[in-house]
Amino acid sequence: MLALAGGALRASLGARALAAGGASLRGYGTTLGVEGDVLTAEVNPFKTHRIDPPSTTVSATKAELLQYFRDLYRLRRMEISADMLYKAKAIRGFCHLYDGQEAVIVGLEAALNHKDSIITSYRDHATHVMRGGTVLEVIAELMGRTKGASKGKGGSMHMYRRQTNFFGGQGIVGAQVPLGAGLALAHQYKGEGGVAVAMYGDGAANQGQIFESFNMAALWDLPCIFVCENNHYGMGTAEWRAAKSPAFYTRGDYMPGMNCDGMDVLAVRQAFAYAKEYAVANGPIVLEMDTYRCPIVLEMDTYRYHGHSMSDPGSTYRTRDEISSIRQQRDPIEHVRKLLVDNGLAEASELKAIEKEVKAEIDGAIEEAKAAAHPEAKELWTNIYQDDLGMTLRGIESNHKHKYA
Amino acid sequence: MESDPKTLCFGEDVAFGGVFMCSRGLLDRFGRARVFNTPLSEQGIVGFAIGAAAEGYSPIAEIQFADYIFPAFDQITNEAAKYRYRSGGVYDVGGLTIRAPYGAVGHGGHYHSQSPEAFFTHIPGVKVVMPSGPREAKGLLLAAIREPDPVIFFEAKMLYRTAVEEVPEGDFMLPLGKARIAQAGTDITLVGWGQQVRVLELAAKEVAERDGISCEVIDLRTLVPWDIDTVAASVNKTGRLLVSHEAPLSSGFGAEVVSRITDRCFYALEAPPVRVCGYDIPFPLVYEPLYLPTARRVADAVRHTLQHS
Repeated sequence: MLALAGGALRASLGARALAAGGASLRGYGTTLGVEGDVLTAEVNPFKTHRIDPPSTTVSATKAELLQYFRDLYRLRRMEISADMLYKAKAIRGFCHLYDGQEAVIVGLEAALNHKDSIITSYRDHATHVMRGGTVLEVIAELMGRTKGASKGKGGSMHMYRRQTNFFGGQGIVGAQVPLGAGLALAHQYKGEGGVAVAMYGDGAANQGQIFESFNMAALWDLPCIFVCENNHYGMGTAEWRAAKSPAFYTRGDYMPGMNCDGMDVLAVRQAFAYAKEYAVANGPIVLEMDTYRCPIVLEMDTYRYHGHSMSDPGSTYRTRDEISSIRQQRDPIEHVRKLLVDNGLAEASELKAIEKEVKAEIDGAIEEAKAAAHPEAKELWTNIYQDDLGMTLRGIESNHKHKYA
Repeated sequence: MESDPKTLCFGEDVAFGGVFMCSRGLLDRFGRARVFNTPLSEQGIVGFAIGAAAEGYSPIAEIQFADYIFPAFDQITNEAAKYRYRSGGVYDVGGLTIRAPYGAVGHGGHYHSQSPEAFFTHIPGVKVVMPSGPREAKGLLLAAIREPDPVIFFEAKMLYRTAVEEVPEGDFMLPLGKARIAQAGTDITLVGWGQQVRVLELAAKEVAERDGISCEVIDLRTLVPWDIDTVAASVNKTGRLLVSHEAPLSSGFGAEVVSRITDRCFYALEAPPVRVCGYDIPFPLVYEPLYLPTARRVADAVRHTLQHS
C-alpha cells in the first residue's frame, strides 16, 4: 500500500516535472501589420485576477524597437561579460545574472519614468543600467572598485542610483518588498502621480513578509506595483514544488493581479503602463512576469548555462532541452530582432552594427573597471553611521595604528 | 512632528494612543496621513518604515512590546543597519526611529517583560537608546528622531505608570552617546540604563545609609555608541565596577561594559568587576521578583565587592 502510494506520488511528480517546471512555450505572438514606421502586433494574452485585461494589440515605432533591441542586447552582453569575468576570478563573491529576463526591465522602463521608484532583489545589474546607470558602474561594482555604483562597497547585490529613484538591490530574499510599500507611501504623500515598484522572484513569493506588505499596501491604497518575476525556479526548486499556488498574480487575494509574457518587451510595456494607471488611481496591484531565466550565451555551441548564482550550474534540476527550447522560441532579443527584420523595419546588418557598438562599450567599461582603484582601507569604517564612531585598524606591523574618523 | 512635516508616527493601535497612551492626541493634532494604525505585522511595519525613511521621511515606528520585535529582526539587521554602508552612502535610513516598551512590569510574564537590547548592540549601523525617566525620555527621544542614523529606542515600561517628574516644556534634546552621572560617589561605580537606574539609586541609598558606602551611579542612556570615557574616568576614581541589567547575564551588554572597562582600567581596579543581572532563564511569571536584579541583590553585591582590598 505504501509502495503504491509512493509510486503514485512519483508518477504525479514526474508528470508535472515534464511540464517544464511551469515555464510555457507560448511563442512570440503575432505581427498584425506595419504602417510607415509603426508596427502593430498581437501579444500573448494577459491572465488577470479581479481586473479586466488591457488590450493585447500593441504598437511600437521603428525607433522604439531599435532602442529596445539595443537595451536588451546591452544587458545580455553585460551579463555574459560578468560571467566571463567571474570565471576569470576578476569578480569574487556572489553574482546573480539576469540574462533571459531582460525584457522585464526594458519593458518596465519603457512604460514608467524615473520619478517612479524601484526596489528589487539581488538580481539587480540590469535594473541599475536601465535606471540610467552605466555598464562601467555595474562592472566596477562587481569588481569592488571605486568607480562602482556603490563605490565598490556593495558588490553584485547592491547597486543604487538616488537621482533616478533606484533604491537598490537587497540581499535578503523578499526583504525589499515591505520597503517597496514604504516607498509607495512617500508617493501617496507627495501626490505627484508616481508609483513604487517592488520586485521579487517566485522563490520570494512564499515569504510571509510579502503578504504583510500586500495587506498594508491594499489597506492604505498605496500606489504600489508588486512585480513577481517568475523565472520558475527558486534556486533549484521548481515553482510548483515550493508554492501550493504558483499562479502568483492571484496571490494578492483581494488585490488585482495580472500575468504577462515577460519575455516580450511589448507585452511588458503594455502591462506596466496599465498597472501604473491602475495603481495611481486605485492602489496596489500584483504583476506576474512570466519569464524564463534563459541561461544561454549567444554562441550556441556551448553547454554552459547560468543557474541561480555562479555556484549553480543550472542544469541539475531542469533539462537542457527545456532551456534550449525556450531560447529558440521565446528569447526576448531574438524576438525584437525578428520584429524588425521580418517586417522590413531594419536590415540584419543594422542590428549587427548596434551589437558591435554595444560590445565596444562593454569592453571599454571592463578595461576602465579593471584600471580603477580599490576603495581605500578607511572605507571599512565609513558609511556605517553619519558620523563615524572612530575605530583603529592595525597596520602591517603591530605598532602601526591607523585611526579613522 | 510640529517642526518636521515628514515625521510620521505609526504602529499597532498608535492612532488610538497606543497601549501605553504614548501617542495620545497625536492623531487629532497631525491627522490620519501622519499618525495611523498598522496591522499586527512587525516585519512589515519595520520594512515599511525603512522604505519611507529611504525616501527621506522620519518614521517613528512603534513595536507594541519589545518582545514582539523579533519578527522584524532581519529588517533591522540586514536592511536598516546596512543601507548606508552597502550603498556607499547613496542612501541611508537615518530618519528611522523604532520605539518599543521593554522590561519587567510586575506581572508581564514571558512575552511582555523581556529586555532584548543586547541583540541590537551587536549590529553596527543602528544606535540603541534607553532612557531612565520622563525627562530623559523626552530629551533622548527628540534627539533620536532627529539623529541622522536609525535608532532603536527602548522605553522602560515600568516607568510609564510609576515615574513622576518635571519635564522641560518645548523643544528639549539630550545628546546621544553621553552618559549621565545620576549620583556622584567615591567607593564604587554602578552602571545601568533604562529602568534599572532607579534600582541602582535605591541600592546606593541603602548601602550609604547602612554601610557608609559611597556609590557613583552612572546612567548610560545610550548603549550604541556608549560613553566609555565617562565610565572609565569613574572607575579610575573608585577602583570598582558593578553593571546591572534585567536581561539575562550571559552575553548581556554588561559583559561588553566589563570587558572594555577592564581593558581600559585594569591597573586601577581593586576588585573584580561584577554583574548583577537576570538569570539565564526565560522571563518568569510568578517568580519575577526572584528573577529580577533587585536593589537588595545589587546592595549585596556592592558590599561583597567592597570586601576586596
